[in-house]
Amino acid sequence: MPLDVQEGSVEAGLDALDTPVNAPDGSRVRRIAARVLPPIGAIVVLVAIWQALWAAAFWPEFKLPSPAAVWGQIWELVTSGDILELFWVSVHRAVIGFAISLLIAVPLGLAIANIRVVRRGIGPLVSGLQSLPSVAWVPAAILWFGLNDRAIYWVVLLGAVPSIANGLVSGLDQVPPILPRVGKALGAGRFGGIRYILLPAALPGFLGGLKQGWAFSWRSLMAAELIATSPELGKGLGQYLHDGMSLSDISMVFAGIVLIFVVGVGIELLVFRPLENSVLRARGLTSSAR
Amino acid sequence: MTATVDAPPDQLTPVRFHQVGKAFGSGRKAVVALDGVDLEVGAGEFVCLLGASGCGKTTLLNLVAGLDRPTSGRIELNSSRPAVVFQEAALMPWLTAAGNVELPLRMAGVPKAQRRAKAAELLELVRLAGLGDKRPHELSGGMRQRVALARALASTTDSADAGKPSLLLMDEPFSALDAITRDVLQGELLRIWRATGTAILFVTHDVREAVRLGQRVVLLSSRPGRVVQEWDVDDAPDAVDEINTALRKVISSHAA
Repeated sequence: MPLDVQEGSVEAGLDALDTPVNAPDGSRVRRIAARVLPPIGAIVVLVAIWQALWAAAFWPEFKLPSPAAVWGQIWELVTSGDILELFWVSVHRAVIGFAISLLIAVPLGLAIANIRVVRRGIGPLVSGLQSLPSVAWVPAAILWFGLNDRAIYWVVLLGAVPSIANGLVSGLDQVPPILPRVGKALGAGRFGGIRYILLPAALPGFLGGLKQGWAFSWRSLMAAELIATSPELGKGLGQYLHDGMSLSDISMVFAGIVLIFVVGVGIELLVFRPLENSVLRARGLTSSAR
Repeated sequence: MTATVDAPPDQLTPVRFHQVGKAFGSGRKAVVALDGVDLEVGAGEFVCLLGASGCGKTTLLNLVAGLDRPTSGRIELNSSRPAVVFQEAALMPWLTAAGNVELPLRMAGVPKAQRRAKAAELLELVRLAGLGDKRPHELSGGMRQRVALARALASTTDSADAGKPSLLLMDEPFSALDAITRDVLQGELLRIWRATGTAILFVTHDVREAVRLGQRVVLLSSRPGRVVQEWDVDDAPDAVDEINTALRKVISSHAA
């Protein structure tokens, strides 16, 4: 071998030269600041514009409340402890609804992705349901189930199941065909192939579907709570918003909107974003600067 | 059956083709990829399969790997499960390098400790010891292809097949790599071949590569793929020109 200066040294040198270099990250505080400061800045600017509009008295007070009045409403909920009940009622419904959706959507997605007849038969139906606003089901649900939790869960399910199932289907469809082939060459049987190759390969798409499914279930829940109000149902954020409308209290309405937004975004940021980031980063699919 | 059991393992021919044909589609539109191919790879032999595009090299390899079935003739396989290395490394991006090597063992139900040891041993063989924790995207193209090779070798270690000769199938494994890396990996492959004593069926369209690596070079014609000629190149390293001429002749016959 003319090449061998020393056994393996050329190769070791190539490896060292070829290995992708990762730029060292800045300090932790800096990175967090770079993430957190822009959205905080945006909120500050937004509130400032709001305050200016209110101070200019463009619209009467009963149409545009002052930021301070809205904050007052929220603070009152916090000090009285009512906020816990509002959050509990809505969030536990959303979580249960999401969990049931998951149980239904995963087998459904697997069936659509793997069985041709099922895909042709109900695939378009499931995609179509995704673009049908699930609020449209509220009247039917109330007529079928009455004003109770079952009606609300029905609406949440119809919002979340199609997007989770579609996410799983597109995740499975986007698996590079070489991977299952390699799996087969490595000795994967039918179930081994699904368990060890297809499902892990489809995970990023599936997580995207989960995230969207959560957004849909939260939205559907708020719509259902807003329309289906009854003392038996307990008081969630949607009912709170509804009460604000009934009382013609615009600051209460704004407070409701803010709280719904905070919960929806908060769960995405605390649960789904870290999950998705860790999966994508492990596969080298994202830059750390995202 | 008794004859094969009595024969010592090194006497077995890992793979033998009997008039194998493969057509895609049927009727008049059928495309014949392979036609009447007779070929054998002896135990521990390094055979290079050479041909232009469309000569059915990959189809032939898929048949041996069991990823596809021949339409006529038969393939006699006496090896343990053939290991396959594709043109792309196709590592599972969610697994580390060691995890990828362990994957075939995991699917075969090998216990964890044994899996670990085997993966470490194979990574050592391809000179990647200590890099088992890296993810595929953290490795260079050449390193990935070496992980793929280690993973393929892991897939042959099937206890049920103990005693049978092993067979490694490689489908243009170095063609996507840069020239220096390819050169180094060709040397590495020869080293690993000598170290493991496995039979290798190596598909390429590069005459130099075929002559450098193989003991025997088999030239296939294109559409349909037939064996045109064979060369023993172990003691004739200057066969490059002769084989080149033959390959050109095969290709130019398609010009009309």
